Amino acid sequence: MKRVYVNEKWCLGCHLCEYYCAFAGTNETDMARALKATIKINPKIKIEEKDGVSFAVSCRHCKEPLCVKGCITGALTISADGVITINHDRCVSCFTCILSCPYGAVSPSEDGAVQKCELCVKTAKGQPACVSGCPNGAIVFEERG
Amino acid sequence: MAINFLYPDYEVARNCDRCIVCRACERQCANEVHEYVDTLNKMVCDDAKCVNCHRCVSLCPTRALKIVKSGNTYKENMNWSGKTINEVYRQAGSGGVLLSSMGNPEEYPIYFDKILLNASQVTNPSIDPLREPMETTVFLGAKPHNIERGEDGRIKNNLPPQLKLSMPVMFSAMSYGSISYNAHESLARAAEELGILYNTGEGGLHEDFYRYGKNTVVQVASGRFGVHPQYLNSGAAVEIKMGQGAKPGIGGHLPGAKIVGDISRTRMIPEGSDAISPAPHHDIYSIEDLRQLVYSLKEATDYKKPVIVKIAAVHNVAAIASGIARSGADIISIDGFRGGTGAAPTRIRDNVGIPIELALASVDSRLREEGIRDDVSIIVGGSIRSSADIVRAVALGADCVYVATSALLALGCHLCRSCHAGKCNWGIATQSPELVKRLNPDIGYKRLVNLMTAWQHEIKEMMGGMGINSIESLKGNRLMLRGVGLNEKELSILGIKHAGE
Ligand code: SF4
Ligand code: SF4
Ligand code: SF4
Ligand code: SF4
Ligand code: SF4
Repeated sequence: MKRVYVNEKWCLGCHLCEYYCAFAGTNETDMARALKATIKINPKIKIEEKDGVSFAVSCRHCKEPLCVKGCITGALTISADGVITINHDRCVSCFTCILSCPYGAVSPSEDGAVQKCELCVKTAKGQPACVSGCPNGAIVFEERG
Repeated sequence: MAINFLYPDYEVARNCDRCIVCRACERQCANEVHEYVDTLNKMVCDDAKCVNCHRCVSLCPTRALKIVKSGNTYKENMNWSGKTINEVYRQAGSGGVLLSSMGNPEEYPIYFDKILLNASQVTNPSIDPLREPMETTVFLGAKPHNIERGEDGRIKNNLPPQLKLSMPVMFSAMSYGSISYNAHESLARAAEELGILYNTGEGGLHEDFYRYGKNTVVQVASGRFGVHPQYLNSGAAVEIKMGQGAKPGIGGHLPGAKIVGDISRTRMIPEGSDAISPAPHHDIYSIEDLRQLVYSLKEATDYKKPVIVKIAAVHNVAAIASGIARSGADIISIDGFRGGTGAAPTRIRDNVGIPIELALASVDSRLREEGIRDDVSIIVGGSIRSSADIVRAVALGADCVYVATSALLALGCHLCRSCHAGKCNWGIATQSPELVKRLNPDIGYKRLVNLMTAWQHEIKEMMGGMGINSIESLKGNRLMLRGVGLNEKELSILGIKHAGE
């Protein structure tokens, strides 16, 4: 399956991917309108940076996902195409998944369930917004064995 | 504190209704113009530091930014423009020579814009490049005057070494040091994919780029940086740089601070030492001396590679070119006064040299008159801005053009003309790793390939319109050109008729 991969060599630490992610989540058409009122965005992709090195971290869509294994209500599942998705209605915010994900790719959200990258499959565009918004090819969406 | 006489040239206009305070502008501006104030959750900026490079403008995800000309004005004066006054203030403050980069931006005539192209109507049919073959391949190098036959009566191959290009364009000299590793990689990879050549400039050739040798022109300049036998033999041609359009008569100076790591190794000079290219080659004071260097380089490369001699377009360029054509050089490259640079004294850049259009026309005419035009190919550079400029240059007599500024624009350059500061926000004219990284060669080379491919299509279309199906038939075909708004003298130097004639 196609996944989001990181080329940290080209990451500029501009954090734009985070903003494009937050924007994608709103399903608005204009980023200014979508995010203007937000003081602090809560994206599903996050930039890790230290000593001049930076890279984007989001869900790896593991073949054997610990978050899915740990989920006590079955809210996290692997869909037919391999994307690990969250069912908001089932999530009880126990945060077991947040503790078990080795990449820190699951995070709390404001709407009563956890949130994680679902490769933008549920958004209007249907394609990873972080990848198309990255100015330097530092994250790519591709098939890699 | 002393009075600051200078008001910022530009203002950063932020539309606060659109700004989402993502801070990308702050992170991407190496000039530290933008700043986030957390107590206000707002961006502020210091316009005085802005060089108008548009990095922040291009990256702002909500289009909240634009750079506008500062409205501040001096009392109007046709003689003393604001720019002139500011330059006096600047020098009165610093006591130094003014430095600039990129090409001469001043208001001199642009002859290319006063020359129109022909097209066929009725009497000779135009050609549709999408349906019929159209040749843009050119060969650069000396052409033999006559056919020679051997003892056995067979034709002898007496063709001197040639460069084969898929279209009459090469990327002109930009040294590793003046531009970044990633910029060089982009140019080299694009040249390879396009079947054209790029040029090392005077900074030597980075070891990683030897693999692009057959698409490389290796330069030998007055400082002789990075020149050794393997270097000379790794390229497809060797270029002797006698002059540069942006700074005729002036050498170069790359400050010691930029001579670090790979750059020092590639140039073969110690880290931290200034790289000073003398104004003249100290072993060349005559055409005879030039001939010695041309033949030394041919000797060093086994007579397998054409030698290019590059000069700036100056007043008596035709006579100089005639001398060069007799020096044994295979190709002459002429750089017009609009040509770019990574750094030059402003007064030289803006006041010395002549337009490339006039230089080209007079060199081509002179070499024809003297019957030595076939002894050399002619490359011209110094602001070739579009495929139409290429068509005009070829029709005026050029075999090929050099482009650099348009190539840098393709890589993201916004002509902010502050390369000499070394903080290019686009990762081009800089050596600082966090800025160099901003130019991803995978993206950059593709954009160069796109640009040249587009130009090649346009060249074919313009040729087709004239009923010409090969670039060779366009070369020196000045009947395809007409001047507009040019006087008799200009028309006679350009060797073209006025529109309507
Ligand atoms: S948008 Fe791209 S370059 Fe910028 S921080 Fe994200 S991954 Fe890095
Ligand atoms: S793919 Fe979509 S949801 Fe996932 S990190 Fe990128 S923008 Fe966010
Ligand atoms: S990049 Fe644009 S949206 Fe982001 S802080 Fe700067 S002006 Fe605001
Ligand atoms: S210097 Fe460039 S990046 Fe910085 S504010 Fe000016 S235009 Fe924007
Ligand atoms: S190369 Fe960089 S510094 Fe030089 S003019 Fe272009 S954008 Fe400005």
